[in-house]
Amino acid sequence: MKRHLISAADLTRDDAVLILDTAEELARLSDRPIKKLPTLRGRTVVTLFFEDSTRTRISFEAAAKRLSADVINFSAKGSSVSKGESLKDTAQTLEAMGADAVIIRHGASGAPYRLATSGWIDAAVINAGDGTHQHPTQALLDAFTVRRRLLGPDGGLGRDLSGRRITITGDILHSRVARSNVDLLSTLGAEVTLVGPPTLFPVGAEGWPCEISYDLDAVLPKSDAVMMLRVQRERMGGAFFPTEREYARRYGLDGARMARMPAHAVVMHPGPMNRGMEITAEVADSPRCTAVEQVTAGVSVRMAVLYLLLGGAQPPAGQTPAAEPRGARPRTEENH
Amino acid sequence: MDDNAGASHARTVLEGPDIARALTRIAHEIVERTKGADDVLLLGIPTRGVHLARRLAARLGDIAGPAMPAGSLDITMYRDDLRLRPARALARTEIPGESIDGRLVVLVDDVLFSGRTIRAALDALGDLGRPRAVQLAVLVDRGHRELPIRADYVGKNIPTSLREAVRVKLAEEDGRDGVLLGLRESAPTPDR
Repeated sequence: MKRHLISAADLTRDDAVLILDTAEELARLSDRPIKKLPTLRGRTVVTLFFEDSTRTRISFEAAAKRLSADVINFSAKGSSVSKGESLKDTAQTLEAMGADAVIIRHGASGAPYRLATSGWIDAAVINAGDGTHQHPTQALLDAFTVRRRLLGPDGGLGRDLSGRRITITGDILHSRVARSNVDLLSTLGAEVTLVGPPTLFPVGAEGWPCEISYDLDAVLPKSDAVMMLRVQRERMGGAFFPTEREYARRYGLDGARMARMPAHAVVMHPGPMNRGMEITAEVADSPRCTAVEQVTAGVSVRMAVLYLLLGGAQPPAGQTPAAEPRGARPRTEENH
Repeated sequence: MDDNAGASHARTVLEGPDIARALTRIAHEIVERTKGADDVLLLGIPTRGVHLARRLAARLGDIAGPAMPAGSLDITMYRDDLRLRPARALARTEIPGESIDGRLVVLVDDVLFSGRTIRAALDALGDLGRPRAVQLAVLVDRGHRELPIRADYVGKNIPTSLREAVRVKLAEEDGRDGVLLGLRESAPTPDR
């Protein structure tokens, strides 16, 4: 596993399964009287948010606090950034405060990569969404939720999503959630199909490890999970579809469409939902919709990521090709 | 988990039947010490402590009547050497019954060494509730304590040097039962 989490594409299958398994154990913490572990005591985690986000930020904050880390929230609004401070100067300020991890959300694709590789800071960098590029922890929590629903909490342990068919529908063009999910779910062995109007597909999507379709009704009957993406009005400068009603009619999920899905199939939504647009209230409130579970899963998955990146001397070794020659580190022995 | 799986010149100090007899004796001692209390809760420390806890629970069931519950207590997140090694995978914590509040918890582990694992286990228990009392059962006590911790029930005391490694093998995990004593491959850094 790498030291930073910038892109879901950086994760190997074994890395991803380890994160999901760790999250599964950590999810059990919520049944306990004290929902806290001492593991990251004395570590400082900074959430650096240049874009608005409530759920992702509080999810990371809850995850870090449950691991006993100190959390500093840094949002661009009302901070030195609004006075014109550069990313570099902000980063060096955080470094000087002794941040061990920086969780960054930024409107510019590539900002977390820049932060991680520029040498400005030593902290581990976790991407919480950058532009239209990546949102790896969202993909991890989606994979966690699907695995739990399709294989069961215990049945899923150690297993990937081989052979499961997952459909992602909506605004693919602006969606870092779609990109991250295509990378992660295909790494985990799932067959991913992207569905949406042709105008909402990015150039080059044909090269992604997934199928592309413009017809939701044709794909629904052979899907184990259907993920509905939010139509991101705030990122849409031009017109990508004629009217919202037409979009809802062709690509929205309503009760009639849901009935055509296999009985075991689930409906997912990363939130926030536009009820009546990509998903009707009937579907959103049905037991097959996992939107609320996804929020809970988010805390567990982010705890797992924080633990694996910060908990040890370095992230777990093994699966990724080792950068250092074998034996460079003194072998440690465990008795049992 | 075991780096020195091929520890050279390992000799067997306990055979399968020895382990079985030790567990039977520990089970009787638990019944004696707890005066047959029915609130005993065996919690094994992963990986092999869990298997030992299950075996002890089965024997207690034979001796004292009603089947005793056995659970597991993962201590990974409470270890004091987490930052000395790469992050490790977590194991399962499974508490049978409602909670540990007011019960007599017997921690079960395979080898007692530095005592640091048990220190971590006590911290983990503290976050789970407030037991009436906590006792410790180990299959092997190899000495070299680094903390003021002792076992209430010991299968076998095996005096060792820090250059040696004690390896417990259990059928559930390793295909056969046995306790091996061999030489460590690395510098002595007692951690358990």
